[in-house]
Amino acid sequence: MMFVPGNNPGMMADAHIYGPDSIMLDLEDSVTMAEKDAARLLVHNALKTIDYGKTEMVVRINPLNTPYGKKDVEAVVKAGVDVIRMPKTETADEVRELEAEILKVETEIGRVGETRIMAAIESALGIVNAYAIATASPRMMGIALGAEDYSANLKTNRTPGGAELLLAREQIVVAARAAGICCFDTVYSNLDDMETFRKEVELIKTLGFDGKSIINPRQIEVVNEVFTPTEKEINKARAVVAAIKEAQAKGSGVIAVNGKMVDRPVVLRAERTIALAVAAGVISEEEAL
Amino acid sequence: MKNATAGTLESGDILINIGPGEGLQVNLQSSVAAQFGRQIKAVITDTLEGLGIKDACVEAIDKGALDCTIRARVTAAAVRATGKDVWKD
Repeated sequence: MMFVPGNNPGMMADAHIYGPDSIMLDLEDSVTMAEKDAARLLVHNALKTIDYGKTEMVVRINPLNTPYGKKDVEAVVKAGVDVIRMPKTETADEVRELEAEILKVETEIGRVGETRIMAAIESALGIVNAYAIATASPRMMGIALGAEDYSANLKTNRTPGGAELLLAREQIVVAARAAGICCFDTVYSNLDDMETFRKEVELIKTLGFDGKSIINPRQIEVVNEVFTPTEKEINKARAVVAAIKEAQAKGSGVIAVNGKMVDRPVVLRAERTIALAVAAGVISEEEAL
Repeated sequence: MKNATAGTLESGDILINIGPGEGLQVNLQSSVAAQFGRQIKAVITDTLEGLGIKDACVEAIDKGALDCTIRARVTAAAVRATGKDVWKD
């Protein structure tokens, strides 16, 4: 998910060319208070006009308790945004308040139920309430960590190893999995240190995240490299899936592939590997069958 | 209507200054004026008419803005000049 400032029309017009899975147009922290009105109009008109293809379009709105939040919701829902990213989410009630605002606008334009919600969790209270937030609405598609505010709230600093974020990251993955939705890691803002960035992407993949937030097209390649399964992993996954299909056809539940027992968790991991390979474009959907 | 500005001089943007006038007058500076000047002016006047503005003087400096950007910047300048927002609440 690539962050793009909502008041920069040049970047907004070009962002999808670099091929991120999703683009998050930002109306919050990257826009000064004096430009909130102009950015809202830019984002509204861009969403309505620019053909972003299959790229998932997300807009980070301002909090609803500011003078900008409700107008942001109206502007982006009327423009047909896929996902609204709610910043600094701390409670399930805040999600439900956003849900009510979305429904109001959707009802007005006859597009009920189309807008999904992603909640950014950026405080200790938000982490404590992660599962309640993740299950607060059927519109919830994911939760994400916002590490800068979270670290400040913890009264600590961000470090290259990310020790200060470990509990938050694990809590977000566990809450998302328990709720059956996606989870996204925070941004890494030092563009000159791609080595540490790669280590961070490897870490969050291992923890179970579905993706990484990025701030520059240069970071896309690294994320895709880390998340894309290798040929060996894909072949192994296909062997597992093929074997389980054959076993199911014969009415058998437990099988062995290359001498190792294959049970349900192994099959689930193999299916996820294949899904990632398809998403990364390494194999086609037909090849995955 | 008071004078108001929206937009920037960055690549891909357009700087719009709007103020009182008689009828809709648009003065445009653009490196692509010869090719797209008429279209850019049409987007500006269509946007103002859509907002119910019939009298205004517009100074526009274009830096290669898309039509959607022109509409957004003209609307932002008009809202700032008139105080009438396009959103509820």
